[in-house]
Amino acid sequence: MKSVPRELSGIRDKVARRRVVLEEKAVKKKDRREARKSREKERERLGSEAPPKQEPRTLENTREHDETIVQRGDEAVTEAEQVDEFAGVFGGEVTPKILVTTGYRATRVTYEFLKDFVAVIPNIVYYKRGQYELKKIVKYATSKDFTDIIVVREDHKLLTGLVHCHLPDGPTAEYRLTSYLPSGRIRNRGKSTSHTPEVILNNFTTRLGRRVGRMIGALFPHNPEFRGRQAVTIHNQRDFLFFRFHRYVFSEAGERVRLQELGPRFTLKLKSLHGGTFDPAGGEFEWIQKKDMVTSRRRFVL
Amino acid sequence: MQHDDAVWNLLSQNFCSFKVKTRTNTFCKHEYNVTGLCSRQACPLANSRYATILEREGRCVMYIKTIERAHMPNKLWEKIKLPSNYTKALEIVDERMQYWPKFLVHKAKQRLTKITQYLIRKRRLKLRAKTRLVGINKKVEKRDRSREAKALRAAKLDRTIEKELLERLRSGTYDSIYNFPKVQYEKALEEEAELEEEEDEELQEEEEEEMEYEAEYDSEEDEEEEEYASSMQDMEDLGSESKNGEKFDFDDDSDLDDEEIAEEEVKKVLTSRSKTRAKGRKRKSRGVRVEVEYENEPTTSQQESNRN
Repeated sequence: MKSVPRELSGIRDKVARRRVVLEEKAVKKKDRREARKSREKERERLGSEAPPKQEPRTLENTREHDETIVQRGDEAVTEAEQVDEFAGVFGGEVTPKILVTTGYRATRVTYEFLKDFVAVIPNIVYYKRGQYELKKIVKYATSKDFTDIIVVREDHKLLTGLVHCHLPDGPTAEYRLTSYLPSGRIRNRGKSTSHTPEVILNNFTTRLGRRVGRMIGALFPHNPEFRGRQAVTIHNQRDFLFFRFHRYVFSEAGERVRLQELGPRFTLKLKSLHGGTFDPAGGEFEWIQKKDMVTSRRRFVL
Repeated sequence: MQHDDAVWNLLSQNFCSFKVKTRTNTFCKHEYNVTGLCSRQACPLANSRYATILEREGRCVMYIKTIERAHMPNKLWEKIKLPSNYTKALEIVDERMQYWPKFLVHKAKQRLTKITQYLIRKRRLKLRAKTRLVGINKKVEKRDRSREAKALRAAKLDRTIEKELLERLRSGTYDSIYNFPKVQYEKALEEEAELEEEEDEELQEEEEEEMEYEAEYDSEEDEEEEEYASSMQDMEDLGSESKNGEKFDFDDDSDLDDEEIAEEEVKKVLTSRSKTRAKGRKRKSRGVRVEVEYENEPTTSQQESNRN
């Protein structure tokens, strides 16, 4: 509830005071509307010489300067990306093969998530976790030519995290997993087909961001089947990675596109990224989230 | 020097600092006691000959007390480190406790077994990776939740995805796919136009005939309808043919099931388009004689039922 402006607090009668407040509000609204109209007229009159429209300030366009943001045509970065761990997948020489498993003693929550998840990513194999340590699984998966391991974690029957380890030489990323919405609970959703989806990696700007984006992108084969008209989106907004899965259809003239969500939805947030395969104790961290890191809401790392 | 009975009398009847009495049992707190119970047999104080096995720094050590050592309390217990090999350790126990009371030998061996087993288990547990519990900061978690919701709103996901897809379409990513409806559609249109011209001629002829055979109007109509239906069929065939052509390789029927949904929609778009066009043209070409039935009926069966 809004408090009464100080200059009106002298009016003791509540009804009268309310009336005055409303009147003032109406006046303000009217003023604003008129100001806008006059601005529009001015713009029309000046035509091309009109001052540019004012953009609303957002966290995105007032983002803190970050020198690791990759500029368009940065050759050093593109060259580095041509020889990184995912170059094989993006070059089309390697077809990703993914092993997915749960944490110890997983419950229904994880299994339901996996059911949705497995339907999205092609060439994915679920293995029961049992009592195997992750390091042993890494060894096994490497020997079986898997390119990635994904472990879904839960705690107190809630999904909490996801570990993604690229093989054979890493890197390993740890994510916080939230806002999971099963496909079944999405309204008007479609059913996915087994076509290889396209991947849309949105908004990964910094070097770390691009690396993370490429890492996730490398889960999907680089030859999407366009006739399936399915697209997986990993959209980065303020360091939150939104995962969506859609089917699309273009209008006749190709001017519009309509989407149908296939699901699931979930959100990832990077917690750490370290080189090499899974080894949280000895791994060399490229980035790790620390408690005192969040001092500005305009600083983003991805 | 040895007065075992006297000692036991004292300890059992009077005070013993190792004795713990409970309602059901009397226990002994002495470390060297082989059973942990307060009894004549198991008392390490009241027995001048006694042996036990203890764990010292991850190894089994045998402690033996003999009558010969009773005069020097600081060397009362002989300590023998047992080998980590269980069978060899057992041999040593057997050797050192030859002719000893069966009870003590048995208890010593029992202890040896127990200790070796727990040492093995300890080593194995230590080798296994342990899960580390990490605290969740409620404040941070709450903040992240609200920021996530705001970020989601700022992302305008549907719009950005649509934009990206359109950009891809324009940059020609889908050229191999999305050319097909346009090219084939135009082709289909041309053919359709030709067909209709023919049809118009036929119609004119029919009209002339109609004047003559007014009585047989109904049967005439049916024929014409069949013709129209067949022409539609042709058009649909055309569409599917084009799909089977060079742009799409649907020849492999193996994964047809998965493609059905996607294919259906494409087909729907294609056929509905050609049909609407067909309808429009038909109306114009008919001129005066308008066939109302064709307006709503996409299939022949429906047309027939409607007429009845």
